[in-house]
Amino acid sequence: MSANTPNGIRLSRRRFLQILAGTAGALVVGVRVAEAGEPPLPPEWLGNHFQQLGAYVRIDAEGNVLIGARDPDTGTGVATALPMIIADELDADWNRVSVVQLGLGVDAGNNGQPQWSYGRQRGGTGDSIPAAWADLRQAGALARWLLTQAAARRLGIAADRLRCEASTVIAPDGRRVTYGSLVDDASKLDLPRQAPAPKPPERYTLIGKPVGDVDAHAIVTGQAKYAIDHHEAEALVAVLLHCPWPDGSLARIDTAPALAVKGVVKVMHLKPEPGQPPGHTVIAPAVAVLAENTWAALQGRDQLKLEWKPGAATSSGALEQQASALLDGDAAPTTRVRDDGDVDKAGKHAARRLEASYYQPWLAHACAEPMNCLARIDKDSARLVVPSQAPQQAWAVVQRLTGLAPERIEIRVPRVGGGYGRRLDHDYVAEAVMLAKAVQKPVRLLWTREQDFANDFYRSASVHKISAIIDGKRNLLAWNQRLASASALSGRGAPANRLWSSEVLPDQLPAGLVPNYRSDWYALESALPRGPHRATPHLSNAFAVESFVDEIAHLMREDPLKTRLRLLGEPRAIALKNGGVLDTGRLRNVLQLVADRIEWKNWLRSVNGLGLACWYMDGAYVAHAIETSLQGDKLGIERVVCAVDVGRVINPLGLEGQVAGATLDALSTALNLAITYKDGQVQQRDWKDYPLASMAALPNSVEVIVVPDDAHPPTGASFLAMPTAAPALANAVFRVSAVRVRRLPLMKEFQRLS
Amino acid sequence: MAPAQAHGVPVVPDSSIVPEAVRNGIDVEINGEHFVHTGDPQMPLLWYLRDLLQLTGTKYGGARGENGADLVLVDGKPVPAITLPMAKLDGKTVTTVEGLAAHDGTLHPLQQAFIDEDAIGCGYCTPGWLIAGVDLLKRKPQPSDADIDQLPNTCRCGCQTRVRAAIKRAAAGKAGQA
Repeated sequence: MSANTPNGIRLSRRRFLQILAGTAGALVVGVRVAEAGEPPLPPEWLGNHFQQLGAYVRIDAEGNVLIGARDPDTGTGVATALPMIIADELDADWNRVSVVQLGLGVDAGNNGQPQWSYGRQRGGTGDSIPAAWADLRQAGALARWLLTQAAARRLGIAADRLRCEASTVIAPDGRRVTYGSLVDDASKLDLPRQAPAPKPPERYTLIGKPVGDVDAHAIVTGQAKYAIDHHEAEALVAVLLHCPWPDGSLARIDTAPALAVKGVVKVMHLKPEPGQPPGHTVIAPAVAVLAENTWAALQGRDQLKLEWKPGAATSSGALEQQASALLDGDAAPTTRVRDDGDVDKAGKHAARRLEASYYQPWLAHACAEPMNCLARIDKDSARLVVPSQAPQQAWAVVQRLTGLAPERIEIRVPRVGGGYGRRLDHDYVAEAVMLAKAVQKPVRLLWTREQDFANDFYRSASVHKISAIIDGKRNLLAWNQRLASASALSGRGAPANRLWSSEVLPDQLPAGLVPNYRSDWYALESALPRGPHRATPHLSNAFAVESFVDEIAHLMREDPLKTRLRLLGEPRAIALKNGGVLDTGRLRNVLQLVADRIEWKNWLRSVNGLGLACWYMDGAYVAHAIETSLQGDKLGIERVVCAVDVGRVINPLGLEGQVAGATLDALSTALNLAITYKDGQVQQRDWKDYPLASMAALPNSVEVIVVPDDAHPPTGASFLAMPTAAPALANAVFRVSAVRVRRLPLMKEFQRLS
Repeated sequence: MAPAQAHGVPVVPDSSIVPEAVRNGIDVEINGEHFVHTGDPQMPLLWYLRDLLQLTGTKYGGARGENGADLVLVDGKPVPAITLPMAKLDGKTVTTVEGLAAHDGTLHPLQQAFIDEDAIGCGYCTPGWLIAGVDLLKRKPQPSDADIDQLPNTCRCGCQTRVRAAIKRAAAGKAGQA
């Protein structure tokens, strides 16, 4: 895990890990795999005084435990939560646990293919915790098993009579053996034939307890190193100027003035490689200025004399008109995503009918740490520091561009300054590798904020047009949802009949709750690159759906809480198309919890406006209740309550932070944020154009309610609280002002309408 | 040595011990240490810190430092480091996030309060919040919510409510307490 280990030893250690990993990938831990037919490795290959108990755990003779965090931490807390899972299973003393962020674990597999020695390594995608629950517990359990076996031999007591606590094995007669004193013996044991069973939940000592971020001290002292903070001797700094038209090209360039800047070494032209999908190559034609330091590179960039050949003169306004025309016309959808019952027939018995359209803008990722990469490409090896959410994907880009053997590519992934899906793409890695190869020196690539805003893989704008049919008894008979957007999957290898899947979910509310339900998707074309974005497609769909449910309640002159509860019906499990289950009881529960906390019974009388929304995703449930005030024409967010049911909670402190954080991000996004483009160019260039909410615009606190639920396995929660914040806000704004905001960002639309 | 070079005549020292010439440059104190910058006086402090001193706690946020990630204290006042050319720093005292703790490692109460409240998202913009918060607490030891509202920083992770709690905790003298 030390980057400074001499190369030979590093490779040996990798070989060691490969033996460890065997064919079962991340699940196998241990010091020696007898079946592999390999002799035990000399201890010095493991580091001087560490004994390694698998790819994730090392214990030294003093009993200090080092646990590896495999998934990148983009601010989601997985670098804390994942090691907690291992540490609890290992019965390690958390006070003596150090966490190290693992780099990419890659070894030589068969036929030059990579073998991932740590198993999956992906962060910010909402699935780190459930995946860790499935396999990391076993990593901890196996290490504990080895230590217990070693203690049993030493004490002459059967292993099943021993118990473990705080890095100590304890015998029934009170004798205690510390883990540190056992590692040497434990490392010589054969692995069990069967994986040792994980602990019964009642014996958890760490899981479910509040634990602060493992990197907190390093962060508050400025010592935490993000990728952007890494240096390498002789490295050149590369600053880019991308073509402002994603589909434009470089027409003319005079590099002389840039090269005349002191410290500037080289100016290079980069182009997207034909045939490579988005995220695997340069995002747009670009000119790179390489210099001895950042300031020289920036000055060189400012001196570039160049002309771009423009791309198509499209605009976000024109795209919206196109979307509206599609949805207002009678053209067949690109894909009929779901069609339950008979929506057309239900319409013939309509007692009441309601229709509304919702517009949501393009969004940028706006990661705090801009795109960057440190790349050192030597003849037979590569070493990179990458702010990545998916280092295996980064590896694929490096491997393709260098042709190096899998294990000759080292990728380190320090803590990442925000991801939100942007760093599932690795265009910036391709740029750094291309430049480092060309100059034959390490390159520190830095995107300026302007580049970050102007050349993103954006979230597409969308228009939802929803109609509903309600019978005389206030039952929702039919729901017909039509959505137009530019698919995030275009050009990324998905077949045409799957392009909808990044835009809408076949199981989203209220599917399964309405007898006649239809969901149609209409494809829009846009030259703007798109890609994964935080909580898509939940975010846009929840805003439309949960706003519209409120509009139905208003039409029926009913309390929107009642409308929602009737729609959800009795607590029951509804099978989903994707194989999961919607538990209406759990959804009702979070909804009721926020309603009770915000004193919903006052919703009609309150001077302020109260708004609700609920949603579910991937086995987790969320609801928001928001209270807004209106003084003159000034909207205020007075109170925000969020309840979540994520199954078993690993780290309640981390969870609460994620829920509050995603709530604030969603509010900030809904209030003021939009990407627009005109004449084919994105118009936002800096924070002033894309103003994240100020402290003053956000609520002073977010009241988070976590449902105690040990009956269900843990789910991811990093963006669970995103989808419901905006519709709860819009519903509250309607209560306080009678202005129904159907277009985001909310503030601009509110001012236009009021 | 500069005049000798100007005449193109190498000076042969008559002793093997050559005193280092007094370097003309920008004299700046950073976290209690003296530095003399002899490079481009227009280089912004941010790149001087990050590239030359490798003090990387101060983060790049954007061309004008609008999100507060690059705030530093210059003679005690918070300023975005990217907006300050080195030329303006002669004789000034700069404190970065690395300089907030005491020399023995004792954290500033606000640093400790950030840990206590787990007031960290991705952590990239945290140094900027700390600088702004330290300045606020110095000006207003008991800041109101309205005072805290004036902090210039932004954060996409949504750490604001916990930052607010951390500032209040530090103000109440409860940093490091349960």
